[in-house]
Amino acid sequence: MSLHNPHIDWQTFTDGLWKENPVFVMLLGMCPVLAVTNSAINALAMGLATTFVLLASGLLVSLLRHQIPKQVRIATYILIIATFVTIVDYLIQAISLELYNALGAFIQLIVVNCMILGRAEAYASKHRVAKSLLNALGMGLGFTFALLCLGVVREVLGAGSLFGVDLFGSQFEPWVVMVLPPGGFIVLGGWLLLFEWLRERRAAAQLEKEAARAR
Amino acid sequence: MPAESLSFIFLNAALANNFVLALFLGLCPFLGVSGKLDTAVPMGIATSFVMLVSSISAFGINWILTSLEIEFLRLISYIVVIASAVQLVEMVLKKFSPALFHSLGIFLPLITTNCAILGLALFQTFKEYDFLQSLAYALGAGAGFTLAIVLMAGLRERLALANLPTPAQGAAMSLMLGGLLSLVFMGFAGLGGQ
Repeated sequence: MSLHNPHIDWQTFTDGLWKENPVFVMLLGMCPVLAVTNSAINALAMGLATTFVLLASGLLVSLLRHQIPKQVRIATYILIIATFVTIVDYLIQAISLELYNALGAFIQLIVVNCMILGRAEAYASKHRVAKSLLNALGMGLGFTFALLCLGVVREVLGAGSLFGVDLFGSQFEPWVVMVLPPGGFIVLGGWLLLFEWLRERRAAAQLEKEAARAR
Repeated sequence: MPAESLSFIFLNAALANNFVLALFLGLCPFLGVSGKLDTAVPMGIATSFVMLVSSISAFGINWILTSLEIEFLRLISYIVVIASAVQLVEMVLKKFSPALFHSLGIFLPLITTNCAILGLALFQTFKEYDFLQSLAYALGAGAGFTLAIVLMAGLRERLALANLPTPAQGAAMSLMLGGLLSLVFMGFAGLGGQ
């Protein structure tokens, strides 16, 4: 297994975190990203639940990759994912009923998160178990990171608090729109704008450096 | 069973609690297929049809599962039914309109993973709607989805002509537009319940 390999593929792990971040770069799994990020704690819980489903389904799909017939693979993947989502659904209900009510139907809707099916189809079905798990972990953490980015901004601006702790005192007038649906779209648009701008600046700097070297 | 009138359920699902703009369901096609009006309209109609079929089937399945007391299988059964309904739409479209079939491309099979549809099935179960109420809910959700995606396509056709700074071209600006549309739809909030 790749664990014995000194050149362990850290890239499969780090790609998901940043270069192929499922939310900011690939724009996958948008629905939970916008819907449950009105507070940081919801965002964190959603991210972890999704990571668990990614890991578990990645493991199973990768183990069964030679047994699953090609024609019915998508249906099989969805059934595998749905099984683990049902488990997560009951788990969260058992751990914290408050959280369960805040996330609502979006826990069950992890089934239709295109990112998870995409990973099963594009990665876990073609790679060995260890690699698939690493990739799933990277993607899951990248997803959690993106959710947190949104959740933190929306909670700080929209409620004046972070993880439920009051930040600004009583004179702060919260931007209520940020915790309402439009805020989700606008904050994500803002993050994408920022990342795109940074990427462009880096590309421009790279070009300049090469031009200087050529001279 | 809540005593809401059918017209209230319809309007609530279509406007006040629009599936895309207020509940954030079905965003992938909303952002992916809304580039042109020609594809947005059929996408809306195809999705509405799948919604109707899966709403009816979900109602039947839920009845069976509750009478057998195996509700934990709900999620799995719903997703299987939705996948079959999408397959049906795909076959019909391929037979009668191959051009449309190709222009919708990958987004047609992806209706399966459109959370608006599974969301509809789950919400109607949570709200304990009866059969007619479920139908009204599905029709309203379909109309709302079509409305949102068509409005968005119209806006983006205009946006394509606008002169934007390079970082803003692409997904970021579409999301901002979505935010504004969602803000507009909040004006309907006084109409409906939760």
